[in-house]
Amino acid sequence: MQLELKNVSYTYGKGTVFEVNALSDINLAIEEGQFIGVIGHTGSGKSTLIQHFNALMQPTEGKVLFEGEDIWGEKYDRRALRSKVGLVFQYPEHQLFEADVLSDAAFGPKNQGLSKEEAEARAREALAQVGFPEKFYGHSPFELSGGQKRRVAIAGVLAMNPKVLILDEPTAGLDPKGRDEILDQISYLHEKRGITIILVSHSMEDVARYADRLIVVNDGKIPYDGTPREVFTHYEELEKIGLAAPQITYIMHDLAAKGIAVDVHATTVDEAKKSILEALAGKGVCR
Amino acid sequence: MRNITIGQYYPADSILHKLDPRVKFLGTLVFIVSLFLIKGLAGYAFVTVVLVTLVKLSKVPFGMMLKGMKAIIFILIITVFFNMLFTPGEVIFTFWRLTITKEGVFQAFRMAVRLSYLIIGSSIMTLTTTPNQLTDAMENLFSPLKVIKVPVHEISMMMSIALRFIPILMEETDKIMKAQIARGADFESGNLIKRVTNMIPLLVPLFVSAFQRANDLAMAMEARCYHGGEGRTQMKPLRYEKRDFVAYILMLAFAAAAVCFCIFGGGWI
Repeated sequence: MQLELKNVSYTYGKGTVFEVNALSDINLAIEEGQFIGVIGHTGSGKSTLIQHFNALMQPTEGKVLFEGEDIWGEKYDRRALRSKVGLVFQYPEHQLFEADVLSDAAFGPKNQGLSKEEAEARAREALAQVGFPEKFYGHSPFELSGGQKRRVAIAGVLAMNPKVLILDEPTAGLDPKGRDEILDQISYLHEKRGITIILVSHSMEDVARYADRLIVVNDGKIPYDGTPREVFTHYEELEKIGLAAPQITYIMHDLAAKGIAVDVHATTVDEAKKSILEALAGKGVCR
Repeated sequence: MRNITIGQYYPADSILHKLDPRVKFLGTLVFIVSLFLIKGLAGYAFVTVVLVTLVKLSKVPFGMMLKGMKAIIFILIITVFFNMLFTPGEVIFTFWRLTITKEGVFQAFRMAVRLSYLIIGSSIMTLTTTPNQLTDAMENLFSPLKVIKVPVHEISMMMSIALRFIPILMEETDKIMKAQIARGADFESGNLIKRVTNMIPLLVPLFVSAFQRANDLAMAMEARCYHGGEGRTQMKPLRYEKRDFVAYILMLAFAAAAVCFCIFGGGWI
């Protein structure tokens, strides 16, 4: 098991009037190579949860294990852990600071103790992987467009060669094209490099399309954990906690209500298309 | 950085929270001035009683006020140290070239009490009053200065904006710090120069976002036709109530008592 949370609870401002229970008794096991989607409404505890994965937050109770070792153990090297579990925050372009794109992406590997050349080689590789055009390597990161800034910021984490990559709403505030490009690149990384991906998102369509496992966070607990198909069968319960199923699932339910024998659990447009065509072929409407 | 109590409102339902901020502001001023007026053990006992009553009335845990003390503990130690050693008078103790005098001990005690009461007293005000209420109170109290062309409204607007942005910038700092730690940055170890250079990845993004925010805010204010103090009304204008007048009377009584202790006090301390 790559990452494991055992009975993890986290309380903000413990012992004051501002005390808030952000996580309560979370148990979670993440296997290597999974593509995990995390959904939950604003303030559900998603961000708190993901910061436990790379030891940015210490659980008030419970244990976090990475490859079987307790990351809050006395001798555990948490700086080394952070290069194995890369975390890309929401609006990561706010962390850019260097004079040019290449040095900014090389900041992480340099902190890992690599030489300047090695760090830059890693940075080039990472920038290429997120599809950042080479002609802008020497530009100031502050001159770039929003989408390009975000690529640089993601590359900055990727350059550390993490085994697990956590992304907190990497597409927030991007246009549809930028969003698809970023998500496709993440999915490409998952396939090519075999990195475990944990993707926090507000878009049910996105998680349904890319993730093979879905974790729902609500009120500091995990009410649902399974494949997108399984989780979205609970779409009525999901609506009660401020979430929903992908739009296509609703269409499928409406079609089924009209008496067309389609798969109501389809979560992506491709699945739905296939199921609708099959249903219609069965009726002899089309072959 | 998080331990500075000044400007940190503690929500509770107490008579002090309900008082008009102008009363609290003037009250704090009177209290501070009185601290430096009183003489004599009886005087100090009297102030202590008043302070303890106020702390009890505020319903704010005493620990919150002591947090404010942490920031000045160093100043406090230095003050006590120098007062003790360098006040001339009746020698009670000599060690090497250092001499401690009776007057020095009393002087040190006085300064320690005054400083810590000053911090606790002003903490009571800042803990029971929101920063916005405070700036409103100041704008109101200083408005006579408009006659001599002091831009009272503008100053208070600047103050409220600055106060409003402290928690935002703190949060921002926290966020950027975490993002850089996630990229392997180290803010804790190394010598002084190393530590300062290590701060660059934190400070550059922080400045960029602070300027960005300032720009956005100026734009938003202009878009809403903000043009300064002339003819501007308030959403929650300050109004005195019965309890505020009672508080003023008590304050006057306290000030009178302090003056009495100043004139008739003395004694041995």
